[in-house]
Amino acid sequence: MNATIAIASGKGGTGKTTVALNLAAVADQPVKLLDCDVEAPNDHLFIKPGRVEERVSMVMIPEFDQERCDGCGRCKQHCRFNAIAVLGGKPMLFPELCHSCGACVPVCPRGAISEAQRSIGVARRGTKDHISLIYGVLDVGEAKSPPLIGDVKSALKDGAEGIDGQEWTGLTIIDAPPGTSCPVVAAVKHSDYLLLVTEPTPFGLHDLRLAVGMAQALGLKHGVIVNRCDLGDGALVRDFCVANRIPLLAELPFDRRVAEAYAAGQIPAVAVPDIASAYRRLYQRIDEVMAS
Amino acid sequence: MKKKIAVTACAETPDSAVDERFGRARYIIIFDTESEKTQVIDNLENLNAAQGAGISTAQKMADLSVDLILSGHVGPKAFKVLQAAGIQVGTFPANRRQGATCREMLEAWQNGEIAAISNPDVKSHWG
Repeated sequence: MNATIAIASGKGGTGKTTVALNLAAVADQPVKLLDCDVEAPNDHLFIKPGRVEERVSMVMIPEFDQERCDGCGRCKQHCRFNAIAVLGGKPMLFPELCHSCGACVPVCPRGAISEAQRSIGVARRGTKDHISLIYGVLDVGEAKSPPLIGDVKSALKDGAEGIDGQEWTGLTIIDAPPGTSCPVVAAVKHSDYLLLVTEPTPFGLHDLRLAVGMAQALGLKHGVIVNRCDLGDGALVRDFCVANRIPLLAELPFDRRVAEAYAAGQIPAVAVPDIASAYRRLYQRIDEVMAS
Repeated sequence: MKKKIAVTACAETPDSAVDERFGRARYIIIFDTESEKTQVIDNLENLNAAQGAGISTAQKMADLSVDLILSGHVGPKAFKVLQAAGIQVGTFPANRRQGATCREMLEAWQNGEIAAISNPDVKSHWG
């Protein structure tokens, strides 16, 4: 399969990472696994790549020439993110609030603002067997992860500057952060298929609805996986999928062996053979629904 | 003597309750202690701001040449802006916090019951 499959969920803790790791492990071809949950990446704890390469992720922030600045405050007026205050004729920047939009630079009538950079985290790459793992680690306390998620994804296509060297057109699996906000959108957009992992609880269904709304807004083909389908009310999600004509790709029962393998830092599909066959069937299902 | 004293308020009158939040206060009442006039600032824009409410509200106070802020709590970014603008900050002692009106808080300051704070008293995103 040569496609980009993103794995998301509304609710956290449904099993995105488990699904992503299992899919990567059972692939019978080279695969790129992108851990875009950069606030709490953990795919690397299971893949255990030996040597990793690292690239610092930078974002633009304004730099003020205090000599040239006459304190007119136009930069502050144009900042939609309240990142600039102007007091006593001098600008004060709150870098952590800046969204790097750059609007303050051209509006300065004195040409006193230039573009500087600050780091927000690192993108790392390492390889284990047929899996090439690329993951981001956001600095602690940093609020905005989308630029780093962008760097993790661009490692697939960058040329000279990229971690990867050349564009990748094979199988890519994206492990997205939980939720449905900007970081998730940054992680899943442009993928060929979106797997939504949920659990059969009212909370799981509630957040699945939000995730489906996001998939529709982004125009992404999507299907649902119910994890721990026997813990809760299985009909909840099944009825929702039928009513909304969303493919229900797999219902995975709770399995203590999976929990034990995961807790020991092993990929469940590697540790438990019949889990591997369930995920091979999942590939077939994804193939079918992508073609339909 | 502080000339312009701003108190964060839940409603549009000096006798409304103090809004404990600084950056996301609904209204701000500015008492001019010389002319004895009051001015009401609608702070809805910052109440609804996605981020940086404290910074923006503090900037507004600086633009209005306020000398002193009285509020429930002030976080680190707002405090930094207020400090740079030379605006003092007073917050209620914990035992006096419930249900006071803006006018009562002003009087408490004038009677020396409230001292200016020299550090933010809550962390970011408290309110």
